[in-house]
Amino acid sequence: MSEKTTSYYVPDSSPWPLLGSVGLFLIAIGGGNYIQQSTSKVANDGSMGGIILAIGVLWMIGVMFMWWRDTIKESIGGLHSDQMDRSYRQGMLWFIFSEVMFFGAFFGAMFYARWLIVPWLGGEGIGAMTHELLWPDFQAMWPVTTAPDGRTTQAMGAWGLPMINTAILLTSSVTLSIAHHALIAGDRAKVLWAQGATIILALIFTGVQAYEYVHAYRDLGLTLESGIYGSLFFLMTGFHGIHVVIGSLFLIVTFFRVLKRHHMDGNNFAWEAAAWYWHFVDVVWLFLFITVYWL
Amino acid sequence: MQSTLFHRAAALLTTLMISGVAAADWTERSDLNMRPGVTAVSQDVYHLHMIILGIVTLIGVIVFALIMWSVFAHRKEKNPVPAKFHENVVLEVVWTVIPFFILIGMAIPATRVLINMEDTSDSALTVKVTGSQWRWHYEYLDYEGDNNINVGFFSDLATPPEVWQRPILSGGLFPVGTAQEQVGVEREPLTPENAFNYMIEVDKPLVLPAGQKIRFLITADDVIHSFWVPDFGFKKDAIPGFVNESWTEIPESAIGMTLRGQCAELCGRLHAFMPIEVVVKSQEDFAAWLAEEQEAAAEGPDMTPFASLDDAMEQGKPIYDRACAMCHGAQGQGGIGLSFQGTDYMTNPDRLQDNIDILLQGRGAMPAFRAQLSPKEIAAVITYQRNAFGNETGDLIQPDDVQK
Amino acid sequence: MADHHEHHAPTGWRRWLLSTNHKDIGSLYLWFSFAMFLVGGLLAMVIRAELMYPGMQVVDPDFFNQMTTTHGLIMVFGAVMPAFVGLANWMIPLMIGAPDMALPRMNNWSFWILPAAFSILIGSVLMSAFGPGNPPAPNFGWTFYAPLSTTYGPASTDFFILSVHLMGISSIMGAINVIVTVMNMRAPGMTMMKMPLFVWTWLITAFLLIAVMPVLAGAVTMMLTDRHFGTSFFDAAGGGDPVLFQHIFWFFGHPEVYIMILPAFGVVSAIIPTFARKPLFGYASMVYATASIALLSFVVWAHHMFTVGMPLAGMLFFMYMTMLISVPTGVKVFNWVATMWRGSLTFELPMKWALAFVILFTIGGLSGLMLSITPADFQYHDSYFVVAHFHYVLVSGAIFSMFAAVYYWLPKWSGVMYDKFWGEVHFWSSLISVNLLFFPMHFVGLAGMPRRYSDYALQFADYNWWISIGAFWFGISQLFLLWVLIKACFLKKGEKATDEVWEGAEGLEWTVPSPAPFHTFDTPPVVK
Ligand code: HEA
Ligand code: HEA
Ligand code: HEC
Ligand code: CUA
Ligand SMILES: [Cu+2]
Repeated sequence: MSEKTTSYYVPDSSPWPLLGSVGLFLIAIGGGNYIQQSTSKVANDGSMGGIILAIGVLWMIGVMFMWWRDTIKESIGGLHSDQMDRSYRQGMLWFIFSEVMFFGAFFGAMFYARWLIVPWLGGEGIGAMTHELLWPDFQAMWPVTTAPDGRTTQAMGAWGLPMINTAILLTSSVTLSIAHHALIAGDRAKVLWAQGATIILALIFTGVQAYEYVHAYRDLGLTLESGIYGSLFFLMTGFHGIHVVIGSLFLIVTFFRVLKRHHMDGNNFAWEAAAWYWHFVDVVWLFLFITVYWL
Repeated sequence: MQSTLFHRAAALLTTLMISGVAAADWTERSDLNMRPGVTAVSQDVYHLHMIILGIVTLIGVIVFALIMWSVFAHRKEKNPVPAKFHENVVLEVVWTVIPFFILIGMAIPATRVLINMEDTSDSALTVKVTGSQWRWHYEYLDYEGDNNINVGFFSDLATPPEVWQRPILSGGLFPVGTAQEQVGVEREPLTPENAFNYMIEVDKPLVLPAGQKIRFLITADDVIHSFWVPDFGFKKDAIPGFVNESWTEIPESAIGMTLRGQCAELCGRLHAFMPIEVVVKSQEDFAAWLAEEQEAAAEGPDMTPFASLDDAMEQGKPIYDRACAMCHGAQGQGGIGLSFQGTDYMTNPDRLQDNIDILLQGRGAMPAFRAQLSPKEIAAVITYQRNAFGNETGDLIQPDDVQK
Repeated sequence: MADHHEHHAPTGWRRWLLSTNHKDIGSLYLWFSFAMFLVGGLLAMVIRAELMYPGMQVVDPDFFNQMTTTHGLIMVFGAVMPAFVGLANWMIPLMIGAPDMALPRMNNWSFWILPAAFSILIGSVLMSAFGPGNPPAPNFGWTFYAPLSTTYGPASTDFFILSVHLMGISSIMGAINVIVTVMNMRAPGMTMMKMPLFVWTWLITAFLLIAVMPVLAGAVTMMLTDRHFGTSFFDAAGGGDPVLFQHIFWFFGHPEVYIMILPAFGVVSAIIPTFARKPLFGYASMVYATASIALLSFVVWAHHMFTVGMPLAGMLFFMYMTMLISVPTGVKVFNWVATMWRGSLTFELPMKWALAFVILFTIGGLSGLMLSITPADFQYHDSYFVVAHFHYVLVSGAIFSMFAAVYYWLPKWSGVMYDKFWGEVHFWSSLISVNLLFFPMHFVGLAGMPRRYSDYALQFADYNWWISIGAFWFGISQLFLLWVLIKACFLKKGEKATDEVWEGAEGLEWTVPSPAPFHTFDTPPVVK
């Protein structure tokens, strides 16, 4: 660790970025092989995709742990300046913006499918001949419960569990805000219970979501393979779910840091980053609920 | 250099271009500029192209002249003390607004031509065009109110592989295709004299009448292709699962001409090998041709059984070489598709039905051949597969075994 | 003061592998991109060797498609983008008076992901060329349209998808770093409107990157699930559409082409004033023009898809929007001309390259304008006319601007002047050959030669021969650059460079010694 000689702390050389790249490389190679082996759509056997993937994931977890350990040490060691704090914050916000655009691709796909593809396949507008010659039996509707090639599924309703789950997630945002205000006010006990509640709500949400997937596969015949509706449903809610899990982990880590009395001195970037992330996940869900489940 | 002919053609076309007269036949090929084409639309597009080209050339010349003048007159030896100005709002506004108006001037004719091109109503003939790897399929759907025509055929590249495969590095550094390894290294160079329509000739061309509006319904079986005949003035993508519409009206002056085009969307290995050939006939000749084709189609597919295994093998080999070898290799050794050499699939009698089904229905990247081959052809090719490449199963499949 | 830190600099392999220094990471980026340029160029040589004569003589048609695909991918994602990121790394902190990039460790990470990503991609090419059974590398064009890349893609497609994910992660992190550095690390007094234009163009480029790389990630993710998990995003049988893929791809792809040219505008806007000895004309309008180009770039994507069968209104909208981009781009060109006007010009190598850029890029831009005219594009689309257009803007645009930047800043990086003789040879040889290479493509394209063709009809033969000659010549010309770089960077031979290097140069980077010491601006300079 270098002494704080400059106004802007430039860390000494660090092995984690390089090792992080090795981890990503292992994940890509292992993941590619694993997907090919486990779905058997492409002839590929004999390589060790699953093992390499597992090594890669563990490796990445290790790297992230070490990397963040370094930054936390620096942070506690007082090496961070205000300017640096701003850098981290802005970096986090732009990262969240990139996530917004990632979801944007799926939302774009959904609206394109609903507003253009499905009507065309059903014979509207420029789709008249498409309908007549290729898919004469297809009825345009959303959700597409009967695909052009005849696959059927049931739609996922909005008003049962999904509604409750929405309420759960919104409540978690409220409890997180309570924790945030408490953090600023320095009320550690309040931070802990409110953040603890948020985490519990987050876990319930994930559990309900998992239950809903089982229900979709078992009872509704709604699967990844049931046409464009199933594709969009699972990819959109699935990626949201992955983000929920990451957000929960993030909250859990900062929860323990609060337990260890970090963050209570105004040096709370990591805590707020977790909170921003959570609110982002929440907002995405609201859009999902409205467009995927409800309308 | 190889061809003087094309230089002559280019010179000719340049003359035509300047005089604004359309090039007539495909034999008058330009290697320099867009073909004006034979239809009114294609000539509209050509004129639009020339207008825009003129405008941008002019802009370019002016901008480059200014730069060159500056380079010449304001270099340090001539102008040792630089001026100091670095802003001028009036100038900025001027060179924002003037280009804007130039653009409007370009947008107006462009919009006019485009709207005209999109109108597919009131056609006399409807042809469905289907792209597949790597041939075109034409079906005549209705003509002058008769929508029970039932004429359709595939159109394959006529240039044989022996002509286009001319490896100079056989077995060398690069994975020269398996089929290529078998052809010799010595080849006469391709010249207009010995291969005039090289790569743009087909076995059975699309036949169209002149003087009538023709509507194309364009789609694809597998991947995206693109139907492009420059003389019609458009290209339109053939997209699997969707039908695109386009139209053309060929003037009487083009009767007797052969118009040529190519697939214009990357569609896999033989993307460059699926040309389009259009023969333009007068309406009477077209009607006669159509009647002839209808008669042939009415006879139905030939279901007479093969006399012997050898008979079937003999008929199967050319079909295999034409339709299958590009993916499965000339020796059945595999490539894009799987190997046939002694595999369980090929030799196990229980999988014979699978073998028939996969040809009819396809699987993944393996195309369905139900529409492309007759039952007799499918029977022949399967017989061939199961007895060539060292398989020797002795299976003889008859046309009746192929349940469509 | 700089000396104090000099012996802090790590040495040996640790310096390069574990770096947190913007200059070292910048150098890594630059060398990596140059290596990718050579690799991508070599693949282009295979393309040109095959197309030199009609008939298939060198490779199999499928291998040809693999060459086209990986050439495009490696040039775009491996050569041009990392080259500009390397330039940003080196120059932005120097230009705004910052000690380093804002997030130095992440900086190193975004670099080291690239070798991981490209070893996967290049690995699949090597496997295809030399591996047992020659399993095909990606062969569906750099635009990887579905369903050719989904249902019909070779096994290597999955690895390609994951390597695109990695490239995306790298670009997004690099872009976040640039934005944060610019917003947060400027020296006192360096207001936004005092920033060198290169910094501005990169700021806007970084915004584009963060906005569109995730969209590309979304597209390849859908490809992966369509390939393996039975989804039907790009399959009409399930209610999807292959054209949906194109919309998502080009929503990324069009801004992507401006990602590759905006930093080039910045470079040229730095060089021309220096050698005209006159401040940049219309600084503020340059900033606004850059921003307008970036914003417009989000609403023009479908000009790549005029032939897919869009409704008429859609085609008109995308045509008009595309045409509009000419206006702010024109403002830039006119501003450069006005900067030179009545200046006191000298023509050192950076200036030569910058001038070549302005002229040749304009040619490429004007052919772009022709492409935007929808009915005419029905004829141009997917022909060599398009190939001519984008090589004019990419090779004699983006790549030439990189050459200009390298000659301009090399003395600052290495401490010695480049070899003037071989530099001149490189310039003139490249200038002539690049036009021999790409200009006739306009002709064959208009005459009807489709792109991505491994073999062609005979009326295209003559020009293709010349194009191939131009290609080999242009390729060999790059070896002169390689020599110039080796001589300056490794042999350190050449005239010692002064701090200011160029007579008319202005900006903070010229106030530090040449070569720039390991640490600069530990205490921020004050900008008046
Ligand atoms: C650096 C990269 C770059 C840049 C800057 C551009 C710039 C432009 N491009 Fe290009 N383009 C590509 C890279 C780029 N392009 C690539 C890679 C492809 C092919 C992708 C693929 O399919 O593989 C492509 C394809 C492409 C197409 C699709 C063609 C087709 O496939 O059918 C179109 C169509 O509209 C187009 C248009 C334009 C326009 C209008 C501009 C404008 O920005 C140009 C503006 C500049 C000028 C006009 C010149 C200077 C202006 C003046 C001197 C002012 C006065 C002028 C007037 C008012 C007229 N481009
Ligand atoms: C910035 C991007 C970039 C750059 C720099 C280039 C550079 C070059 N490109 Fe590329 N090109 C693309 C981006 C780029 N291209 C894209 C996006 C496509 C579309 C792909 C697709 O359709 O999917 C394309 C497609 C493309 C095609 C069309 C292929 C087809 O449609 O089938 C061709 C054909 O001539 C071509 C040629 C060249 C050549 C000769 C160069 C030259 O400038 C390269 C020169 C460099 C070198 C040669 C390397 C250095 C030299 C050596 C290592 C020494 C050894 C040299 C010899 C043996 C001679 N390119
Ligand atoms: C466009 C390329 C292509 C063409 C043309 C092609 N095939 Fe195939 N074929 C494939 C592919 C790819 C597979 C593997 C499909 C899979 O694994 O799902 C395959 C599989 C097969 C199989 C199954 C083999 C096995 O062991 O499972 C048979 C039989 C077959 N093809 C026969 C033929 C015949 C006969 C023809 C010509 C009439 C033909 N194919 C033309 C690509 C092609
Ligand atoms: Cu069919 Cu290209
Ligand atoms: Cu574009």
